[in-house]
Amino acid sequence: MEYRNTLTTCTYCGCGCNLFLESLDGRLTGTIPCKTFPVNEGKLCIKGWNVHQFVQSEKRLKKPLMRKNGELTEVSWDEALDFAASKLKEIKQANGSDSVGFCASAKMTNEENYLMQKFARAGIGTNNIDHCARL
Amino acid sequence: MIDRVKEKINELLSAGSVKGVIALAHAKGHVTPCLFQKGDGLQGLSLGDLQTSGDARYPLNKVLITIARQYPDDVFGILVRGCDERGLYTLYRLNQLEPDKVVPIGICCSQSLALECECKKPYPDEIVAGEKSEGVLQKHLQDLEEMDLTKRFSFWKDQFLKCVKCYGCRDICPMCFCKECTLECDDLVSKGNLPVDIPVFHLTRAMHMADRCIDCGLCEEACPSDIPLRLLYKKTAGIMNTEFGYTSGINKNEKSPLSLLGPAPEK
Repeated sequence: MEYRNTLTTCTYCGCGCNLFLESLDGRLTGTIPCKTFPVNEGKLCIKGWNVHQFVQSEKRLKKPLMRKNGELTEVSWDEALDFAASKLKEIKQANGSDSVGFCASAKMTNEENYLMQKFARAGIGTNNIDHCARL
Repeated sequence: MIDRVKEKINELLSAGSVKGVIALAHAKGHVTPCLFQKGDGLQGLSLGDLQTSGDARYPLNKVLITIARQYPDDVFGILVRGCDERGLYTLYRLNQLEPDKVVPIGICCSQSLALECECKKPYPDEIVAGEKSEGVLQKHLQDLEEMDLTKRFSFWKDQFLKCVKCYGCRDICPMCFCKECTLECDDLVSKGNLPVDIPVFHLTRAMHMADRCIDCGLCEEACPSDIPLRLLYKKTAGIMNTEFGYTSGINKNEKSPLSLLGPAPEK
């Protein structure tokens, strides 16, 4: 029997509310807001309260999908990345760097978002970068 | 006080009379609900006081329900304050926990916490550690009832308007264990809309709390909009007391009048 509470930061937005992910025998069973964390002081919004749900959701995508002959098909990471890279190159060559836009995510870490803008600016050569929190 | 609790936990675990003890532990500068099992060190044990008395209280009964549903044949010890013990009594009554599968380890709350919580009974019936504090007079509800009806109505309307519908009051509540919740019923509560349905949302919850609420105050502490939810539940619980002489969680074996069929009670 293993009951654990893992302190972590909510992945839904940039506020940084801290919560405990409650797990029993390796399965997530719930979310408990951290009362002594200064940002959220034991409170959460509806998304935070349900943050444990998507992790084990059966609807969750675990492998990359590519549309082939109109059907979404599971492919390897290599195939998916090669396809995305070749298309990005093609579009950039045909229409210029500013024909590409990037949308970063509040659900990722600072470092991952830094890499995203670095890729947009230094890799592709555009300042077209935004984030999902504006949606 | 904590040494006495440690002693009791050790005693239970080493005798093998419980499979585990649900309590609180220090972790990464915070306090978290924790399951202690045989062989675990108790150095990190916490009673739920990090910086101030009772600032790290968590719904341990809820944790116990989660674990007991998975391990229905095992016996568990659990750290309880007065409110948690009232919660246990109510959960026994509602068939969510079995009394012979639970060993409560009762601790008393400090007088400062009792005052802050406006707690009627800041100690459990069975005390393992601590000294009883005095119960506190229920002043807030009295004050509110002195307000005239029009003012009171607009007071509550303003409070309910602040609701962001996070469902935190329900999610933190150790007395909320239903698999289907009325607050998610499309006919009563419109999904995805704000402001919340006034007053259906809050009054539905208050009605459901009438014979359940054990006045632990965790809902109010979890509310991001600072709605005085306890006052509302104190009121419905008060009606239960006036009409039926019943208070949730005070007597271990008392049935709720709302779950009895029969003729109307004689006044």
